[in-house]
Amino acid sequence: MDEIAPTTIEEASGTLRSLSSDSVPVRFLGGGTKSHWGGAAPEPDVVVRTTSLAGVVEHNAGDLTAVVLAGTPLIDAQKAFGAAGQMLAIDPPESTRATIGGAIATADSGPMRYRYGAPRDLVLGITAVMSDGAVARSGGKVIKNVAGYDLGKLFCGAWGTLGMIARVALRLHPRPPAMVTAVGRSEDPFAIQAAAGELAHGGLEPMAIDVAWSGGVGRVLARFGGAAAGGQARRAADVLSAVRTDVDIVDADEELWSRQRAGQRSETGVVVRLSVLPTEIAEVLRCADAAAGSVAGRAVGLVWVTLPPAAPLDAVAAVEELRSALAPRVCTVLDAPIEVRAKLDVWGAELDGRMDLMRRLKQQFDPAGICNPGIFMGGI
Amino acid sequence: MKDRFLEELRRICGRANVLTNPHQLETYASDGLLHYRVRPPAAVLPGTADEVRRIVRACFLESVPWVARGSGTGLSGGALPIEDGLLIVLSRLRHILEIDLPNQRIVVEPGVTNLEISAAVGPTHFYPPDPSSQVVCSIGGNVAENSGGAHCFKYGFTTNYVTGLEIVLADGEVVTLGGKELDLPGYDLLGAFVGSEGTLGIATRITLRVAPVPESWRTLVAYFDSADRAGQTVSDIVAAGIVPGAMEMMDRLAIRACEEATHAGYPLDTAVALIVELDGPAPECDERFDQVVALCRRNEATGVRVAADEAERQLIWKARKAAFASMGRVSKSYYVQDSVIPRTRLPDVLRRIDELSESYGLSVANVFHAGDGNLHPLVCYDPTVPGEAEKAERLAGEILEASVDAGGSITGEHGVGFDKKRYMPLMFGDDDLGAFQRLRCAFDPQQLVNPGKVMPTPRLCGEVPGPYREHPIERAGLAERF
Repeated sequence: MDEIAPTTIEEASGTLRSLSSDSVPVRFLGGGTKSHWGGAAPEPDVVVRTTSLAGVVEHNAGDLTAVVLAGTPLIDAQKAFGAAGQMLAIDPPESTRATIGGAIATADSGPMRYRYGAPRDLVLGITAVMSDGAVARSGGKVIKNVAGYDLGKLFCGAWGTLGMIARVALRLHPRPPAMVTAVGRSEDPFAIQAAAGELAHGGLEPMAIDVAWSGGVGRVLARFGGAAAGGQARRAADVLSAVRTDVDIVDADEELWSRQRAGQRSETGVVVRLSVLPTEIAEVLRCADAAAGSVAGRAVGLVWVTLPPAAPLDAVAAVEELRSALAPRVCTVLDAPIEVRAKLDVWGAELDGRMDLMRRLKQQFDPAGICNPGIFMGGI
Repeated sequence: MKDRFLEELRRICGRANVLTNPHQLETYASDGLLHYRVRPPAAVLPGTADEVRRIVRACFLESVPWVARGSGTGLSGGALPIEDGLLIVLSRLRHILEIDLPNQRIVVEPGVTNLEISAAVGPTHFYPPDPSSQVVCSIGGNVAENSGGAHCFKYGFTTNYVTGLEIVLADGEVVTLGGKELDLPGYDLLGAFVGSEGTLGIATRITLRVAPVPESWRTLVAYFDSADRAGQTVSDIVAAGIVPGAMEMMDRLAIRACEEATHAGYPLDTAVALIVELDGPAPECDERFDQVVALCRRNEATGVRVAADEAERQLIWKARKAAFASMGRVSKSYYVQDSVIPRTRLPDVLRRIDELSESYGLSVANVFHAGDGNLHPLVCYDPTVPGEAEKAERLAGEILEASVDAGGSITGEHGVGFDKKRYMPLMFGDDDLGAFQRLRCAFDPQQLVNPGKVMPTPRLCGEVPGPYREHPIERAGLAERF
């Protein structure tokens, strides 16, 4: 397998143009931290690494925007923005290697998804290289802009199947100088759901509300970072007490949230990602508990269930059981041992009317069919 | 338009809902941008989503192009009819289908107005994107245009609130994108559809996220003797990590017009007025509001008026919201521009607008969403003076160039539509436009849906996207591209 690491966008364009004219399938990789995700696909002939396309091209602190090359490690970009008291509100589990391009391509997110949105909500503009070598830009670098189609959103979560993300313009946010978290605990999944709901409907404006479940105990975490963070956390604690959870206020809360993010990954178990409604969270907690699993996720209904390590067939059966219990909600398998992945459809989605449209898009953007073939939903 | 086709439309939605009388059709010849007028050969007013599907299918079978229209308040000619196409008017689809407050969702038909949505989920919740036309504009139009409003800097745009759509594609197929849940796997077709200016299909069922109403508001208007000082204040507020619910600026001419219309008490001798509104938890608002007042004073505000109560807050806003409507008091006619610049370039771009105003001999009033750098210069002109309307349009075009030069955009919320498609090449090259075309062709290979909008030059699907080639007619000097 050949590996190519273009150092400029022009180089990437030339590489893809020549590969597509020979119909050579490629796999795009950044840091490779999520390269095992996606559907089972044959080994590609060529890997195109984005890690040499790295660096913060512009950081317009006064405008709260930045332009960044796709191969930039997320952690490096955050350091640069942090120096100006700012942050990119994309906070998947920590990794030194994970790149901005990879996080955006897989629409990966963390606790800040609650308040600031998904990667698609923070990408202002995108430069992508299509399989025929065309370098296409859409959007811009201002926070408000409706000129042209929003291709940035299309590339967020497309897993590199429409082309290679080369450069993105991003919206940044002020980084709160101090953060405080109120935590409520209960063994009753419905109390956890109710607590999360109360906080979400109150006027407290937390920067994150998360839920967690493990070993028969659930938690709700509400994080505040404003000018009156401490007072807000105390008000949240009152709300949590009122719905009969045991309450704590944590001042040095970084470790707490780091663990929460880590709950979205597993080296030995099976991680399933779900999009549900806030009023369905208790049901997810109950199902996970029945499978001796754990849960980390957002009060807005994005949850990651980790099923414990098991023999491949048992693990597959556990995924299928979860899927049937929570149907029609879609359970996407992310981390899982290779033997498990080989035995199930990781996407697990109904191939509804959208599928035709998705195939037509793929055909338009990647007529040669060389960009990350086979890893996406429906075998795209 | 063939009789057979019109008969089919009448069978689908009833005789009374198919308009072919030229007098009736005059009403639909323009959207909110009145200087373009095209009377369509027919307009149809379906009453249900299924009727929409059957109409679109009939158009597909007869290869009839069509344009969808909501309330017709758009300001870029996006709903401008076409001479040989059908106009599909969605204002009869105005049912609120479901309100699900525990999950902060509402499901509506496209003809429901923006304000009706906030009313339906109130008083505990609201729908944040609030274009000035919110009393009449339809949510279907908001989805098409990715509408904004005064509160975007904190709350975001339509695209951040649409979680699900049922759409009718060009061939009459109905597809559901997203749902009530967030971040579903698969291509983000929702993200591609919202803001596509009615060129990819018709949304017949719209699921939206709504937000809890803020606990409190604090509002002030500060006056400055220069745009630089006001601009610096905005930058300082943002640099302090404060995210106001709204920050709005008006210059002297705009203030004069608004003041004559509303008597809100803005001083007429001030160069710039800056409205800052904080919303959120009360302790947070109080703490931050004191900081905002201090920053206004540090930048030598000539006066700071703090709204003492809700009535005064409404009065301050009344003047701002009247800006477009009250321009008639200072000018016979005006052209509203909509561009975006990086906020930090505000003083430079305002100086450039002043220069342009002087060299064209036309006054320009400035109203803008200062938080997100969205400018709305109002170019004043007298339509009875021959050539002045064209001059105003040229001046407005130069403002776009200045905005793009500063790193901005040709439109922040009004859309490209028909009016601005010729400016698209200021921002996008051939490969970029080629990628847009790929998206359009995936949705509508026959290009029956709102043709002639957004893209600067028509291109067929299947045509190889590539560098622009001169047409033989251009080469012969018989026509030119603009």
